Amino acid sequence: MTHLSTDVLVVGAGGAGMYAAIAAAREGSSVLLLDKNLIGRGGATIMAQMTVAAAIGHEEPDDWVLHLEDTLEAGRGICNEPLSAMVCQRGPERILEMDRWGTRWAREDGHIKQVGAPGHRRKRCCYVDFLSTGPAVAGTLRRQVSGMANVRRLSNIAVIEICVAAGHVRGAVALDLSTGSLLTIAARTVILAAGGLTKIFRRNSASANMGGEAYWLALEAGAELVDMEFVQFFPIAHLAPRLVGMDPIMWDPFRYKLGGKLLNGNFQEFIHRYGGQDEGRYTAARDLASYAILKEVEAGRGSPHGGVYLDFRHVPDDSLREAFGPVIDRLLKNGIDLTRVPIEVAPTAHYHMGGIAVNDRMETRVAGLFAAGEAVGGANGANRLSGNAITEALVFGERAGFFAAKAAMDTDVDWSPAYVQRARAEFSELRQHKEKGLGPAALQNSIQDLMWENAGPFRSGKNLERALPALHGFHDQLQDLAIAHGDIFNLDLQDWYELKAMLRSSEAVVMGALNRAESRGAHQRLDFPQTIAEFERNQLLSLEDGTMTSRWTSVVRSGMPST
Amino acid sequence: MSAPDSTRVMHLRVWRGSTRVEGFYQTYEVPFEEGMSVLDALRWIRARRDSSLAIRYSCINANACRTCMALVDGVVEYTCTARLNESCTTVEPLPTRPVIRDLVTDTAPADEKQR
Ligand SMILES: Cc1cc2nc3c(=O)[nH]c(=O)nc-3n(C[C@H](O)[C@H](O)[C@H](O)COP(=O)(O)OP(=O)(O)OC[C@H]3O[C@@H](n4cnc5c(N)ncnc54)[C@H](O)[C@@H]3O)c2cc1C
Ligand code: FES
Repeated sequence: MTHLSTDVLVVGAGGAGMYAAIAAAREGSSVLLLDKNLIGRGGATIMAQMTVAAAIGHEEPDDWVLHLEDTLEAGRGICNEPLSAMVCQRGPERILEMDRWGTRWAREDGHIKQVGAPGHRRKRCCYVDFLSTGPAVAGTLRRQVSGMANVRRLSNIAVIEICVAAGHVRGAVALDLSTGSLLTIAARTVILAAGGLTKIFRRNSASANMGGEAYWLALEAGAELVDMEFVQFFPIAHLAPRLVGMDPIMWDPFRYKLGGKLLNGNFQEFIHRYGGQDEGRYTAARDLASYAILKEVEAGRGSPHGGVYLDFRHVPDDSLREAFGPVIDRLLKNGIDLTRVPIEVAPTAHYHMGGIAVNDRMETRVAGLFAAGEAVGGANGANRLSGNAITEALVFGERAGFFAAKAAMDTDVDWSPAYVQRARAEFSELRQHKEKGLGPAALQNSIQDLMWENAGPFRSGKNLERALPALHGFHDQLQDLAIAHGDIFNLDLQDWYELKAMLRSSEAVVMGALNRAESRGAHQRLDFPQTIAEFERNQLLSLEDGTMTSRWTSVVRSGMPST
Repeated sequence: MSAPDSTRVMHLRVWRGSTRVEGFYQTYEVPFEEGMSVLDALRWIRARRDSSLAIRYSCINANACRTCMALVDGVVEYTCTARLNESCTTVEPLPTRPVIRDLVTDTAPADEKQR
């Protein structure tokens, strides 16, 4: 079994992980940066097509305090305010640093161009043309991190357990996909930057690597998760006809710029019929669109694939081309002619507001265990503004890298083979599984269906209560799943651990949603449609003797500048 | 990915093996759904027929990660944007990279690997 040693171990190499590696290396630490996919390619960062929000004030006067106010308003009273403030205050530094590193932010008259987005009262959203923000951000950080001598990068290594002894992190165990063997790593500090969990839902905008592994690893290591019930569902994601080569959440700017009409299966407009519940704010509007769409489907007025139509047939071809030139051709290649046929859209799981609970040094309650990026919970409360997630990944990454490096200086390396006994025994057992029968990839599909039906955009106590035992039932099947034989690039091994992570993350979402008997932001309970003041609190989940346990805590306030 | 409901069946002829000389072709039947990509078909095979098939991909829809390349009917393509061919689609590993297994080739930069 290969053994490696490092000061700081970074798990996951998206925007947050790569920034964390850079920041820790800048403080003089040796860094090991691992990704279960290829470095910089596996997660959400490279898929982001839209914008990054930061109050750099290039387009018009702006202040990070205004950005914070907007963020807190969207978060509906339950943001961890110091974390939100960190994102808004430090976002500008990160955007400008990325600019110096060669991210080609779109410019106009020499300044970085910034556009508006719903919920942001100033034009503060930077982007890279055309729909290339994510690839540009990932590419810049990849280049930057490759140039750092004290960062070692390894691809196709999936971390499967964080080792903790005497209350302190000691390192990790990982699956090396290319050899089908375990790898152990001694580390003074560990940063979990393994991204979100939207893959647990049947309809999602996720990559293959977003099954909530950060949350699972954190829970098993003894850390707490916060507000796991808050999943952001994007209301009008692409549903049909099958569209390949494009981000399913691409329709928002189309609708925004060209006024696409939302029509039910009978080609009637319907949103206005649900208008009475709209508070007129962006966040409400997003929830409302999802609600209206799913209600139409439920009433039997959906489109053939179970969504609604988005119709641009009233928009002349030259206006379409003027607004979205090359994208129109990509659509035509997919057989989609917007001037002739309406497409079908439906809500889809898109981003996770909940996540690992950290303090203002990005440290969990387990000493030496840090978190960064979408894996962290709290900065966005009950709903996230568009553009805040990449900013969060960059800012939290930098902060986690900095603090983890500082903490590593005061920590001795302590490694014992005993720390990996459990993981090794489990792995040998896994290698004894039968070869034929139901495998982990197939069971993942069943979890996605279960979660979509019972813990999706609209929830009820009845459905959530049904989901819990079903998840436990899936858990009981883990030992009986078929695993292909062979070592090299045996995806069944990786899928099996991923499945464990999906089960734990799903359980956390369901339990969080069940306990929060109200509707707030992205968490909508059909049986408790009102927002209830007494729930203006955060819910913490942890594993106590292997059982998921919930407790409530008051919101951390005072995000405003203290000076 | 749920099972496509149509009964139309397509054929995929997929290269399997760990070395170029010992490779062989395995043919799978896949239920066809309009607009389906080659990657959709490969993922369906892994979930429903043969999970031992090794493939590399990440972003599935966005065509952003650029990790899913293979030879589709003799042409280098992203499997996530390549469409299935009516008769039978042949999928092989990239010709210019060392084979790791099946459709997975060694595309990681040299300094992102162990040793
Ligand atoms: C389609 C799409 C479009 C988006 N558009 C925008 C936008 O326009 N603006 C915006 O602000 N936000 C957007 N978001 C959200 C934003 O992209 C993410 O929140 C952000 O990029 C998360 O960064 P991250 O580094 O935390 O995680 P990721 O970029 O997801 O990286 C996590 C990495 O961890 C790896 N990993 C997972 N588990 C393990 C493990 N066990 N061991 C090792 N590695 C592991 C994964 O392979 C992955 O590479 C979008 C999201 C999606 C899905
Ligand atoms: S899967 Fe990402 S480009 Fe094909």
